[in-house]
Amino acid sequence: MSNILNISPSPHVHGKETTQKLMFGVVVALIPAFITSVLYFGIGAIIVTATSVISCLVFEFLIQKFIFKKPLTITDGSALVTGLLLAFNLPSNIPVIIIIIGSFVSIAVAKMTFGGLGNNPFNPALVGRVFMLISFPVQMTSWPVPSGLKTGYIDAVTGATPLAIIKEGLKNGEPLSDLMDKVPSFTQMFLGKMGGSMGEVAAIALLLGFAYMLYKKIITWHIPVSIIGTIAIFTTILWLNNPEQNATPMFHILSGGVLLGSIFMATDYVTSPMNTKAMILYGCCIGILTVIIRVWGAYPEGVSFAILIMNAFVPLMNAYIKPKRFGEEVKNG
Amino acid sequence: MLKTFPSGGIHPPENKLTANIQIGHLPVPESVTIPLSQHIGAPATLIVNKGDYVKTGQLIATAKGFVSSNIHSSVSGKVNKIDTIIDTSGYRQPAVFIDVEGDEWIETIDKSDKIVRDITLSPEDIKKRLLDSGIVGMGGATFPSHVKLAVPEGKRCNILIINGVECEPYLTSDHRLMLEKGEEILIGISLLMKTLKVEKAKIGIENNKPDAIAHLTKLAAGFKGITVHALKLKYPQGAEKQLIKALTDREVPSGHLPLDVGAVVHNVGTAYAVYEAVQKNKPLFERVVTITGKSLTKPGNFVVRIGTPISRLIEAAGGLPGDTGKIVSGGPMMGKAISNQDVPVIKGTSGIVVFPENESEREESGPCIRCSKCISVCPLNLEPFLLMKLSEKGLFERAEKERITDCMECGSCSYTCPAHRPLLDYIRLGKSTVIRMARERNLK
Repeated sequence: MSNILNISPSPHVHGKETTQKLMFGVVVALIPAFITSVLYFGIGAIIVTATSVISCLVFEFLIQKFIFKKPLTITDGSALVTGLLLAFNLPSNIPVIIIIIGSFVSIAVAKMTFGGLGNNPFNPALVGRVFMLISFPVQMTSWPVPSGLKTGYIDAVTGATPLAIIKEGLKNGEPLSDLMDKVPSFTQMFLGKMGGSMGEVAAIALLLGFAYMLYKKIITWHIPVSIIGTIAIFTTILWLNNPEQNATPMFHILSGGVLLGSIFMATDYVTSPMNTKAMILYGCCIGILTVIIRVWGAYPEGVSFAILIMNAFVPLMNAYIKPKRFGEEVKNG
Repeated sequence: MLKTFPSGGIHPPENKLTANIQIGHLPVPESVTIPLSQHIGAPATLIVNKGDYVKTGQLIATAKGFVSSNIHSSVSGKVNKIDTIIDTSGYRQPAVFIDVEGDEWIETIDKSDKIVRDITLSPEDIKKRLLDSGIVGMGGATFPSHVKLAVPEGKRCNILIINGVECEPYLTSDHRLMLEKGEEILIGISLLMKTLKVEKAKIGIENNKPDAIAHLTKLAAGFKGITVHALKLKYPQGAEKQLIKALTDREVPSGHLPLDVGAVVHNVGTAYAVYEAVQKNKPLFERVVTITGKSLTKPGNFVVRIGTPISRLIEAAGGLPGDTGKIVSGGPMMGKAISNQDVPVIKGTSGIVVFPENESEREESGPCIRCSKCISVCPLNLEPFLLMKLSEKGLFERAEKERITDCMECGSCSYTCPAHRPLLDYIRLGKSTVIRMARERNLK
């Protein structure tokens, strides 16, 4: 025994949870989506994911080592999660150099300029993705058609996403019932057999990841459920109001980035509100904004923008929406 | 569904290593050190001098003012010196050093094992007896019991809550007491009910102690108005406000006392001490202490005389293990790490936990990732991450608005934080500063 006793203040035990474990929990939850993306998009999925993850890690390492000059925290897993999520938001045929630029924006601009993990106001992966979408609109919206493991990389056969088919079609005055025949069935959409970002297509894989994160208590249900619920309610109203102009709620939920966004992006600890009341409000606002952008906006897809817009409101929500304190109300016994 | 308090709370590993070990008696040591401040409130006033011979149970210091407590000698022998010591609180306190000679008890104490069931004293006499006997809250907070029993004008009490939760990991002194002294505890509760003039008493016990729940439920059938309630396992259920919420659904308002919702809370250990003081005329000079730790060879529960050095307890548990890194007085969640083994057992010492070196150092802390786990475990629905930040930056006015003084320092936030941030350390700093500021403001 050392002669010196430790006299740190209480508590003297710790729950053994660590930032690293939480981050790797998210990584585990993303595995099903990664597997389905490889099954549908082949080698391209692997190249995009590897490039994104490696470049995010390298940029974080370089900035911490040469600019921050503080102890390296590259192993905390946060850059790994950002890299994976960025990759999952990209088409599987996007050139490597664009991925590296996107990773740089995610890590260097969106995360490290604010001081690194815990300080960034906007979701780094989404900032990277939106930067790429605006800067490289052609490459970012040519979606390979899922055609199994043999799918090539840059030369993959491409097609439009279900959301884009509907958006374009409605703009050209085609009736929705005809358009619905051109998009995959709900079963196919649920399994992910449609064009789109490589990680967002397979609803089943994302829901598996959601269940895992709930089970492991990595996230709570509040944000994903309020986003999906709001989208469901809002699109139901539109659909009932005019079924020839508006797609069904099921279509909206299964298409595009709703599930990936609500389960993995909107729940990012750093950029989401910190108490349940604010979480639900935040989720509802994301849901409403998503539908507004999809139905009335210029882009067929709106989840990324909706989340980024709501990220900006998070500090305000944290400051003004407070949990109801124990003993706040004076009641008589 | 089992009852519990609604929001927050954690489930630390229980590690109740000594739950099945009968309470033993620790031999009277050759000398004791009895601090004059073992309770919340003013230190007691010394009434013996160096060289005096005192008997076991003899009054050696009297309560100074209403919120204070009498202190009795726990041994017979000669007062060797009166000096200051560093006690479990970490502060320097005056204390009486007594060299033991034999074990001669004062004559008034009923030393027999016979259980005295008849309650003869009037409420006023019971209160006086508790004051005379130096009874304080035995759960660890050591609030003088007679103060809690004095219901002020205009307030009314209609329920007595008995805390048998023992939600701290490792500790088992209350658990053993409930199993071995169940009837005495129930008589003690009846005495408290008589004093408070209440008809109902609820004993709350967490369901990790099914034997104690069954035992007391069976015994309580013979007592009017006392019921036993199994509670869902959740820390910090033993906290006064959380326990009242769990058992009665009454919520004590922020900054108020349980009496404001008509409840008074006492610990099972206190109920036992009340029984001994009133029915056996025995002042509080010994208590049950759990001595435990994963590396100890013979952990156990012992009746220990107040003032016994902790080193004697550790010897009785097989000696200090070679890998010891920390000794904690109290439970691992809220107890205090002590700096040396000469520190004496006092009225509030419910247990001593010895931690091996690999469990006594904290992990390095990282940046807050805003995961909000601290908020979700806070039983008072505070925002620990924010309170820490405000305290760190010296923004104490804002911390006060965010109700930093509501914090009861249960440690659930620090326990949960994945970034290992020292949340509670900073909250304590902020809380004490805010309390000082408020006091200065009131003086103006």
